[in-house]
Amino acid sequence: MKGRKAGKSYCLGIESTADDFSVGISTFNGEITANVISGYVPTKGGIHPREAARHHSEVASKILEKAFKKAGIKPRDLSIIAFSQGPGLGPCLRTGATVARALASYLDIPLVGVNHCVAHIEIGKLKTDTKDPVTLYVSGGNTIVSAFDSGRYRVFGETLDIALGNCLDVFAREAGLHQRVGEPFGAAVEKIAAKGKKLIHLPYTVKGMDMSFSGLLTAAINLLKRGEYKLEDLCYSLQETVFSMVTEVTERALAHTEKKEVLLTGGVAANKRLQSMIKAIAKEHDAKFCVMPREFAVDNGAMIAWTGVLAYTHGVVTPIEESFVRLRWRLEEVEIPWVK
Amino acid sequence: MKPPLLIKKGAEASLYLADWHGRKVIMKKRLPKKYRVSELDEQIKTYRTIHEPQLIHEAKKAGVPTPTIFLVDVKGATIVMEFIEGKQAKQLLSEVSKSERQRLCFKIGELIGRLHKYGIIHGDLTTSNMILNPEGKIFFVDFGLGEKSKELEVRGVDLHLMKRALQSTHFRFAEEYFNAVIEGYSKVLGSETVKNVLEKIGEIEKRGRYIAERKKGE
Repeated sequence: MKGRKAGKSYCLGIESTADDFSVGISTFNGEITANVISGYVPTKGGIHPREAARHHSEVASKILEKAFKKAGIKPRDLSIIAFSQGPGLGPCLRTGATVARALASYLDIPLVGVNHCVAHIEIGKLKTDTKDPVTLYVSGGNTIVSAFDSGRYRVFGETLDIALGNCLDVFAREAGLHQRVGEPFGAAVEKIAAKGKKLIHLPYTVKGMDMSFSGLLTAAINLLKRGEYKLEDLCYSLQETVFSMVTEVTERALAHTEKKEVLLTGGVAANKRLQSMIKAIAKEHDAKFCVMPREFAVDNGAMIAWTGVLAYTHGVVTPIEESFVRLRWRLEEVEIPWVK
Repeated sequence: MKPPLLIKKGAEASLYLADWHGRKVIMKKRLPKKYRVSELDEQIKTYRTIHEPQLIHEAKKAGVPTPTIFLVDVKGATIVMEFIEGKQAKQLLSEVSKSERQRLCFKIGELIGRLHKYGIIHGDLTTSNMILNPEGKIFFVDFGLGEKSKELEVRGVDLHLMKRALQSTHFRFAEEYFNAVIEGYSKVLGSETVKNVLEKIGEIEKRGRYIAERKKGE
């Protein structure tokens, strides 16, 4: 095998599904030696895919350089290149894929296309030392409750429309809250919600195992515009309602699968209130509760690198001509040969 | 009298098998969820405790076998209902022959059709919520997430959930099962309604995240 340093093999992973461009480096043993993230912050409104992609292409070489420096290796020390092939925003994905293809061709090493959602689960298992968890992955783009069964990560419940993080982000923006650098907009809701006391009724929409947040968001925005309620009470009610919904679905997946671990990941995993709710149901069902540290809960290159290692060592490679990005690549479409 | 025996600790409620005035009954008790704030917990519990028996009762009128309701205790968030002996469709489907599987799914589809025709939405159509008794009747249970509606959208979501449940629990035969369900459903509601509902399901799926079919419409 090409590219070894002191007997170690390295995989470089590129993540660029949405607003973050990130490069991570992992050894074949799962030692993360670099994880550099550069987030695109819109001047106003939400993420514009083309603007975000422009940010990615502008920072790519700088971030790559930083990652190599951090890991203390040279490009020639790499054995494989992994990249997030989907799901995500087209222009952003294509930027990352282009960088990955160029590197793999130049270094003449294999390329591995990785599913972004699988990567969140795999880095979660690696970092929290879980084996077979029910995973709640909540971010600005995804709200998925999944668990492994017969060769794949099955989706037990998900959003029928927008993601939970998106719901919080949009509400925060509508309420004129301020986004802190390095944090999602929705994080501002958490702070204000802590002061709220009065529960305002909002639609609680759990349909079977799936959830819907769009009607609830509209209702919350309408109440906000009416100006009859305190913002802290609205934030509090919004959080309580949406988190109760995902917690109910996660608990049902836990009861159904009878698994003994719960993993909370994604950008919203940083929310303390959500953590306490998921922790409570884990306890109820005698399951171990694990929450990802922020660095690895948000979109990051390390998760792509590590999943690339798992895939590659189990025979998965992506020839360049098949490395087109897959905007709507569902979690359950991916075969997982490394889990037995 | 034997004390109630916990037979299933679900996420939403606990089910106890009990002896109630000489009858073998299921006591469905919605326990407070510590993760939710008490007002929200109270709202959800009360709403579901009242609505579930209503829907279970209505379903009978629609010609769908459901347990008999004996007692509703709103304060205690408990429903006392008939215990249905039998096997869950979930288990049954993996044990029987192909033709029997198709017959069962057809029958399930027919029952869903009857509910929808009568304006009842089950809200949680999974094969764990359908029980085949020794006389060969299929009972529907757990209407806790149900509602009354004849809207195409809501019917579509209901069937979409059935499809999703089949995909996650019976992924090997999900398509075969779902097609049989739709055939049975079509028998009750007619091909015109089925066409509309199927179109709606397609639309709902495309609304979902990361669905390959959505590309075509873009």
